[in-house]
Amino acid sequence: MSDRELLFSSKNLKLLTNPLNVDNPITVQVLGICSALAITVKLEPAVVMAISVMVVLAVSNVVISALRKMIPPRIRIIVQLTVIATMVILVDQILKAFAYDVSKQLSVFVGLIITNCIIMGRLEAFAMSNKPWSAFLDGIGNSAGYGLILIIVGFFRELLGSGELFGYPVFEKIGIYNIGYENNGFMILPPMALIIIGIIIWVQRSRNKELIEES
Amino acid sequence: MKSFSNTYIFVFSAIMVVIVAALLSTAAMVLHPLQEKNIEIQKKRNMLSSIRIENNAKNAEELYDKYISDSFVINAETEEQETLNAFEIEMGLQMRKTLEQRSLPVFISSLDDGTKKYIVPVFGKGLWGPIYGFVSLNDDFTTIYGANFNHDDETPGLGAEINTEWFEAQFANKKIFNKKKEFISIDLVKGGADPESLNEVDAISGGTLTSNGLEKMLYDCLGSYQTYFTNQMKNNK
Repeated sequence: MSDRELLFSSKNLKLLTNPLNVDNPITVQVLGICSALAITVKLEPAVVMAISVMVVLAVSNVVISALRKMIPPRIRIIVQLTVIATMVILVDQILKAFAYDVSKQLSVFVGLIITNCIIMGRLEAFAMSNKPWSAFLDGIGNSAGYGLILIIVGFFRELLGSGELFGYPVFEKIGIYNIGYENNGFMILPPMALIIIGIIIWVQRSRNKELIEES
Repeated sequence: MKSFSNTYIFVFSAIMVVIVAALLSTAAMVLHPLQEKNIEIQKKRNMLSSIRIENNAKNAEELYDKYISDSFVINAETEEQETLNAFEIEMGLQMRKTLEQRSLPVFISSLDDGTKKYIVPVFGKGLWGPIYGFVSLNDDFTTIYGANFNHDDETPGLGAEINTEWFEAQFANKKIFNKKKEFISIDLVKGGADPESLNEVDAISGGTLTSNGLEKMLYDCLGSYQTYFTNQMKNNK
């Protein structure tokens, strides 16, 4: 019984928490940037996107990890893509059936989860060589790290760009417009998402010197 | 690393594909009725929004039955096409046909204050995909009572603004015919509409192509009903 690990051993917990900070898929590994630019204009789609990616990544990770000894290495990328695509289509169909309004908002971006580099990256780098439970935690951790950044970016873009949060007119209610503030139209455009992500990366690295590459 | 024979690879792929296909088709079949229902409810909700009735996904069907009292299908020459069900007509398909061949649905609603509103569907091209909606007219067939617009893929915050309340509210009380009873449709004006004007509304800044698409959609779709509207105006006198 000695080789049996606790479900939440410190090693397993690291799989969950590292991607939130020192191993964040967006700010450290710089993956999945495209979707982070596209769907963060408003907070609500960002949250739903984060949840969808979490489901897709956790399940695909478990499936690939369970099959890892059966998958022929020569076609492993095809197998990984098939699993991801299947999951994404299922999520899309389920959203259309049970959360029609949100699915309309996300429109094409649900389908584009297939192309999210984080998912392929985790399957190839982690699930192919680890046990299902670890792979599951890794999936949850990485998608949470991804979702965290989406939500931070979405928060600032919706607040400063439209003066709202989840569609609720915050700025109007607290009367910021009366003292001369105007919504920043630049916030709505994709370049601003990149700048916010840049600022997050800057803040994170200045607080954690280990992340700074030697030049 | 373990090596796998070609036969194994083929068998593995074949089994994988069959499992995936079975899974996806089952999901599609099981969820299809729910999705269809959602689309139908959404259509009813859009129609109710165009006559300015607050609705949500739960009460849409009930409100629809209460307020939409009649519907029929006409062609551009205003001949009634009795075999067709107005609710099932896809305006998108109709707009691809020539004007003479189009089947045009009209929905009549009776509001609580006893007035009748005439709802017609509109369908056109936005920047990234289709845009569509409903426009309701007062019984003078000139004044817009309300409008509802939707889109599939317009840019959030820019073109997607067409289905926000402030945008749709602008259409109320605008006129699609001028004083000489000529069809003029609605103009979307960049840089702010003249508040005195009877057929101008603000376009969306940053959403020029969507705004242009919407303007063309209104012109084309409402234009298809021109003969019907004009006839009704004469009948009213």
